[in-house]
Amino acid sequence: MVFTRLFGWPFGLLASNLGHMKIAVCIKQVPDSWAEKKMVGGLLDRTNVDAVLNDLDEYAVEEALRIAEAHGGNEEGGANTVTVISMGPERATEAARKALSMGANDAILISDPVLAGADAVVTAEVLANVILKGEFDIVICGTESTDARMSVVPAMMSEKLGCAQLTFASKVSVDPAAKKVSITRVTEAGVDEVHGEFPCVISVVEKINEPRYPSFKGIMAAKKKVIDVRDFASTGAQFTKSWSAVVDSAPRPPRAGGVVVTDDGTAGQKLVDFLSEKKLI
Amino acid sequence: MSTVLILADFASEKATKATVEIATAGAVIGEVTALVLAPVGKGAAYAASINQGPVTKVLVIESDDFVRHGVAACADALAHVIGQISPSAVLVVSHAFGKEVAGRVAMKLKIGIITDAVDVAADCTATQLVFGGSTTVHSKVNEGTAIITVRPNTISANFAAATPAIENTTAPLSDCSKKATITSTEPPVKGGRPELTEANIVVSGGRGTNGDFATVEAFADSLGAAVGASRAATDAGWYPHSHQVGQTGKTVSPQLYVACGISGAIQHRAGMQTSKNIVVVNKDPEAPLFELADFGVVGDLFAVLPPATE
Ligand SMILES: Cc1cc2nc3c(=O)[nH]c(=O)nc-3n(C[C@H](O)[C@H](O)[C@H](O)COP(=O)(O)OP(=O)(O)OC[C@H]3O[C@@H](n4cnc5c(N)ncnc54)[C@H](O)[C@@H]3O)c2cc1C
Ligand SMILES: Nc1ncnc2c1ncn2[C@@H]1O[C@H](COP(=O)(O)O)[C@@H](O)[C@H]1O
Repeated sequence: MVFTRLFGWPFGLLASNLGHMKIAVCIKQVPDSWAEKKMVGGLLDRTNVDAVLNDLDEYAVEEALRIAEAHGGNEEGGANTVTVISMGPERATEAARKALSMGANDAILISDPVLAGADAVVTAEVLANVILKGEFDIVICGTESTDARMSVVPAMMSEKLGCAQLTFASKVSVDPAAKKVSITRVTEAGVDEVHGEFPCVISVVEKINEPRYPSFKGIMAAKKKVIDVRDFASTGAQFTKSWSAVVDSAPRPPRAGGVVVTDDGTAGQKLVDFLSEKKLI
Repeated sequence: MSTVLILADFASEKATKATVEIATAGAVIGEVTALVLAPVGKGAAYAASINQGPVTKVLVIESDDFVRHGVAACADALAHVIGQISPSAVLVVSHAFGKEVAGRVAMKLKIGIITDAVDVAADCTATQLVFGGSTTVHSKVNEGTAIITVRPNTISANFAAATPAIENTTAPLSDCSKKATITSTEPPVKGGRPELTEANIVVSGGRGTNGDFATVEAFADSLGAAVGASRAATDAGWYPHSHQVGQTGKTVSPQLYVACGISGAIQHRAGMQTSKNIVVVNKDPEAPLFELADFGVVGDLFAVLPPATE
């Protein structure tokens, strides 16, 4: 907060004055959802599992591209740019490359051994500092990383950046000239219409769009796009200390094998018997 | 004795069961103060609905900013109160709103955050179930106040009558919170059935219902259960999205989960895997959800459920 208060936030001043938008998409590389995951020394063992682009972040990449395309494009000579930002180990360049092959312009990867085991507070602090330096108009995230499953980083970045929080969006409308953004927010609390201005942090739910598959042309083009790998010190973030940590972890006993019956006309009764035996009815 | 602050959770202007659950969890650590954030004119009624659970004090802040600026305004108020009463821990209900409020407060005050706890110990160590419920993790905040979000329906609530002292207070709104404005809110449609995340029994239907949820609903009603749905069913428009169970829907941990015509994709499991008992009804003996079943029926849900309903 001190940082923003001292220096203000000259977010996208140049870019958006011309009706151009600088869009950032925060993506995370996560272990494949189907892979068996293990904890080693209080941290998720990321070395022995396939890593993929967090599938919920694909919707964020897609939405960023759609917003750019609807307002002058992001190809060479286009009005807008879409920059992928990720914090993670070096191999997270693979996830960034996937987003580039979908059509993002360039990528920034913050990768530093001091960030291993970073908690949500550190993650949001680092990402927010990179966003601040990049002077982005719009930041788009997924609603949840499938490994951490916290759903907090977008709100935390908005707090740190002192900008509008437009999260859990099932619909996003952007008016680049007026620098206004409106979303429909869907959560357990109902459906809200929420409005804000540039700069803002958006997160999108998976119902919002259908992410494109990278085309052959996109994959080839992505090979030439720049992934700017940065260390922690370059971000200007103030701390790496994590507040929360895992004390211990243990695999839970697998569910005891259940009974499976094939219906011969009496399964309904057997089901009722099971429920009363378990005192569930 | 140390103080534990809970952010009271409301639905239809009444404290929810989840509020009693976090109060119960908090009482293990210290004396519980509940913070009530209410629109102007509603504070007294909201506070009065906190009549169960081990709550000794209720702090009430009335402001329409909570309605107008949502998460950010509520985080301002919670952070302000934390600054004033220095609780040893802060407990919030783990849903989208609660987690976002907790996240903003953690960022503002630079304190540790733990989400989706299923239990909290006296020393504030939180128990979490991760990787689709396959692993138990204990996490702790190293120093200072811990803010912990607790999953509904995982703590067995102490419903003893409460007569807390009620006090009104105020909190300032930050400039940042004014940057997003909510112009309209449509609360979720409440049917006659129990709330999905609070229910003891959940009966869910998937693509196998082929759009006909009447059989699933009838079975649910015979058990007093809530009705859930897979994404295939909500995407097809057969059931409202607010009833979706899974990674991008709700996480439920009922005593009994009955899945009808649901195959068991990893994203669906993520929302129901920690249910105490799981019953699966599916035509296909190879459906992956049978792996989790305590009781499984290979059969047509339209043939199996009606006799069981009677
Ligand atoms: C980013 C992302 C997020 C997702 N989030 C979620 C989520 O939150 N929740 C969720 O549920 N899914 C989610 N999904 C979708 C998930 O991957 C599956 O596609 C979905 O769960 C499948 O729903 P289903 O089991 O109803 O349908 P299907 O997989 O088509 O299974 C239908 C089952 O019904 C059985 N059946 C058919 N007829 C009958 C009958 N008459 N009687 C008995 N059985 C019958 C069939 O044998 C089959 O096993 C997500 C996917 C993605 C990519
Ligand atoms: N390490 C990271 N790098 C980039 N973006 C991230 C990272 N962690 C979380 N995010 C973003 O924040 C969203 C929510 O993540 P989480 O709060 O971890 O569930 C994700 O969908 C991403 O868009």
